[in-house]
Amino acid sequence: MDRRHLLASGAALGATSTLILPTRLLAAAGPLKVGVILPRSGVQAGIGQDCQRGVDIAAPILKAMGMPDLQILSGDTESKVETARSTAEKLIGEGAQLLIGAFDSGQTTAIAQVAEQKGVPLVINIAAAPQITEQGYKFVFRNFPTAGTILANAFEQQNAIFKQVGDAPKTVVFMHVNDTFGTAMAGGIGKLMPKFNVPYKVVETIPYDPRARDLSVEISKAKASGAEALLCVSRLNDAILLTREMIKQRWTPKAVMSMGPGWYEDQYLKTLGKYSDGPLTFSPWYDPKKKLSQTLVAAMAKSFPGVNLNTNHVFTFEALLVAADAYKRAGSSDPKALAEAIRKTNIADNSSMGPGIMFNAKGQNDKVVDGAVQNVGGKQVVVQPEASAIAKPIWPMPAYDKR
Amino acid sequence: MSGGLYLNVAVSGLLTGLIYGLSALGLSVIFGVIRIVNFAHGEMMVLGMFATLVLFRALGIDPLLSLPLVAAALFAFGYLLQDLVVRRVAHLADHMQFLLMASIAVMLISVCLMLFGPDAQNAQVSYGFDSFAIGPLLVDKVRVYAGAAALVVSGLLFAFFHYTPTGKAIRACGDNYTGALVVGLNVRRLYALTFGIGTACLGAAGAIMLLLVDVHPYLGPSYTLLAFIIVIIGGMGSLPGALLGGILIGVSEALAGVILQPSLKSAFSFGLLILVLLVRPQGLLGKVAR
Amino acid sequence: MIARIIESASPRALALLAVVTLALLVAPWLVDSYVLSVLIIVLYFAYVGQAWNLMLGFAGQLSLGHALFVSLGAYTSAALFIKFGVPPIIGVFAAIAMAVVAGCLIGYLGFRFSIRGVYFALLTIAFAEFTGIIVDHISWLGASSGLFLPVKNQQSNDLLNLRGSPTMFYYVILALTGLAFALCSWLLNSKLGLYWQAIREDQEAAEASGVPLFRYKMIAVAISSGLTGIGGVWYAFYYNNLFPETMFKTSQSVEIILGSVVGGVGTLFGPILGAFVLTPLGEVLTAATDGMHLDGVKSFFWGFCVAAIVLFRPQGLWPWIYNVLGLAPKKEGER
Repeated sequence: MDRRHLLASGAALGATSTLILPTRLLAAAGPLKVGVILPRSGVQAGIGQDCQRGVDIAAPILKAMGMPDLQILSGDTESKVETARSTAEKLIGEGAQLLIGAFDSGQTTAIAQVAEQKGVPLVINIAAAPQITEQGYKFVFRNFPTAGTILANAFEQQNAIFKQVGDAPKTVVFMHVNDTFGTAMAGGIGKLMPKFNVPYKVVETIPYDPRARDLSVEISKAKASGAEALLCVSRLNDAILLTREMIKQRWTPKAVMSMGPGWYEDQYLKTLGKYSDGPLTFSPWYDPKKKLSQTLVAAMAKSFPGVNLNTNHVFTFEALLVAADAYKRAGSSDPKALAEAIRKTNIADNSSMGPGIMFNAKGQNDKVVDGAVQNVGGKQVVVQPEASAIAKPIWPMPAYDKR
Repeated sequence: MSGGLYLNVAVSGLLTGLIYGLSALGLSVIFGVIRIVNFAHGEMMVLGMFATLVLFRALGIDPLLSLPLVAAALFAFGYLLQDLVVRRVAHLADHMQFLLMASIAVMLISVCLMLFGPDAQNAQVSYGFDSFAIGPLLVDKVRVYAGAAALVVSGLLFAFFHYTPTGKAIRACGDNYTGALVVGLNVRRLYALTFGIGTACLGAAGAIMLLLVDVHPYLGPSYTLLAFIIVIIGGMGSLPGALLGGILIGVSEALAGVILQPSLKSAFSFGLLILVLLVRPQGLLGKVAR
Repeated sequence: MIARIIESASPRALALLAVVTLALLVAPWLVDSYVLSVLIIVLYFAYVGQAWNLMLGFAGQLSLGHALFVSLGAYTSAALFIKFGVPPIIGVFAAIAMAVVAGCLIGYLGFRFSIRGVYFALLTIAFAEFTGIIVDHISWLGASSGLFLPVKNQQSNDLLNLRGSPTMFYYVILALTGLAFALCSWLLNSKLGLYWQAIREDQEAAEASGVPLFRYKMIAVAISSGLTGIGGVWYAFYYNNLFPETMFKTSQSVEIILGSVVGGVGTLFGPILGAFVLTPLGEVLTAATDGMHLDGVKSFFWGFCVAAIVLFRPQGLWPWIYNVLGLAPKKEGER
């Protein structure tokens, strides 16, 4: 698909938006130029290209929502901080009036500095390092929970699930990938767990290398700890490796509770087939009961058959939504006016869980919540929070050797 | 912690080490004879993994059965690469050779990215999730097959270098370049053969590796570093050394993961590398003179 | 020292040097901020490339672990600034000390145990990667979550604290590059430089005629690692976040050496020329392949260009350009 396509042609605009005056005025002013910066090549290419799908499906949906046109300028960070920074400069030089990006916390920080210096708003799609919105930036906004929020939500929802099924593990082994996100989460666990009265004790913590080629030792160690359940923070490749090893080493914990990516991703489901069922993931996700989510699911099915809607798509799309919505309300592409409009964002009919998109004084959406998602029959099924759940959790996890 | 844990971990480390050893053999053969360090080592193995994946997806050939095919394809690739390109930098300084191999690595990664996309992919064989149970010992079936295949390929390689005239001629080239020229060996052809054999090892290792690891374009560099560590520890240019180094790293990384912290595993390998470089730079089984 | 260079250069070369210097001095007024950001990267690589060049060009040791010195410099100054409020103008001395100690340790081990060529390169890789994994586990330094410098939207430039606009960072790195160049050319023409050249031409002969090899090589290693450490300080305050996962990596070291090798190892202008060729090459390729919508095309052509340079200009680009432009002084051969 053409990455530099105009999101909507002016000709088609008339019918849907005659009632909305600012939009018509904006149509005369031309589309808002949005620079979307993602790691499209380099080690994070897989995720960057997945986020891009959220951009690719956006145009008709935004138009149907009565949003003004966006012109997308694409930038590639090559998964490098240096390139992220100069790409941000380049896109602003090419006329980008707003930036979106960039999945990785390091690259996002680099872009944030440019955005702040130039006074061009940056809407972060995904990046969980808390520091980014703690710098006192005026032009940086994030519609994605930080590590602390993800954990707090996870503990709440775990407790809810334990109550629902009338059972809880007494011991868990905590495995986490030793990278930016994994360490941030591991650091938060010690601080937050006591506050939430979780019924289990962490009997052993096993950090492992993000580039690990082989996780057999890690699983041997986890199994030998005798813990009832597995609590983990992983990425995709290691989640697959861990699962394979659990099967081979004939260990099915009572539950796998993941608090991050990996265990619920399409690639995981596809690669592991029937062995992918069971794990519970506590992570930012879309609310299947919201109307926009259903629209997005349908759009994904149409444009990318075989790809299920996921966090990457949803939050990248929502970043575009924030941009378009702010442009509409600001009635101008002046960066200051845009930033002011973004600050006052209040989008209730969004897709991610929680009351909607709004930003606090730091530019952080502190209302966005996680969902608990369980893999059932090769699909991601929301089981918590209650209001968004479409099924009851399956507990305990079915044994790997009885599938 | 029980003794069963250590036993399990050590056995799996040993089998993984055999495969590491096979891939390191490729590096060692090339360095031992041509004196070129293949900094595109990992990327060439990834190429082998992708080739295996294509055969599996398109024709349903089991990775272990496609091993000879992939090895042959990589042989041709290596032969041509040496004869057309690498040969021309043989007289240049180390850093120029390094730069050439590094740029070849970049090109290989790019080609894989363009052809196969960035996602990790795997060949799911029917026995992929099985394991043998021997008392308290649980051994992963795939790892047993893979380790055995690595042993067979290494055995064939030893036999080739020690019992065939071509193998002996190649070793002669490695030992004494001028001498080999004097006795009238076709050194250019032998060098191309050697490079081909080295990359064929990588093809074989890649086919086996695909059973254990999901392949994606950026997998290469970590395997390049790993192979260096193994080859230095075992002794550059020594074939048994590469296997021994592989086993040592496989087992010691596994045990370090149990005793220390898994995320510190590779620090252990790098530490071992520094130690060997200082104390016994020729490696455990390497020859003293260089 | 400058006089020495001016004396020995041809008028043509001097004119070219003057034009380039002038262009670099006024560049921030002429180019937009994107080009400026690219120029900043170019100068950074020219600077660290120059520093690296000392190690191979003068001490004869191939280092593939210079990311270690950048990272040590960056982490030392950043930690001092964040934890104790020590401004980088003071922190830089601690950064230099850390880098020099590490450099001397590796250099010492290399020379004492006579580890050369590829083996030395692997030793430097091992040290860099090893240190990286250790820093990855030191929570005081942010471990793998990264170390973040506080960023304020500064209106004024504060040189002592290295807080300010890209233009300030541009001039800082430009000054560093100029100083490193001057230092290297002075060293090359000094007594030390003559010893280095003697060692490089014929190590055994130099040793036989009483040149204390070990001491002179160690001096080259110390200067190289110390200069690289200063580059790390600049890096930390320009990018404001440090992750061991990327900082200490061999790929980072490779980026440092690329410019020098492409430009010409052991030459004064090589590292600068190389940096000015490679980074813009990447940007041009990005622009050229933008329309193809195929990720990987750009890096493929990039690799292709580098391979072509190795095959067709194995001495690097500088010696070739030097002759093509007729920069050689009339009297005698090349430098």
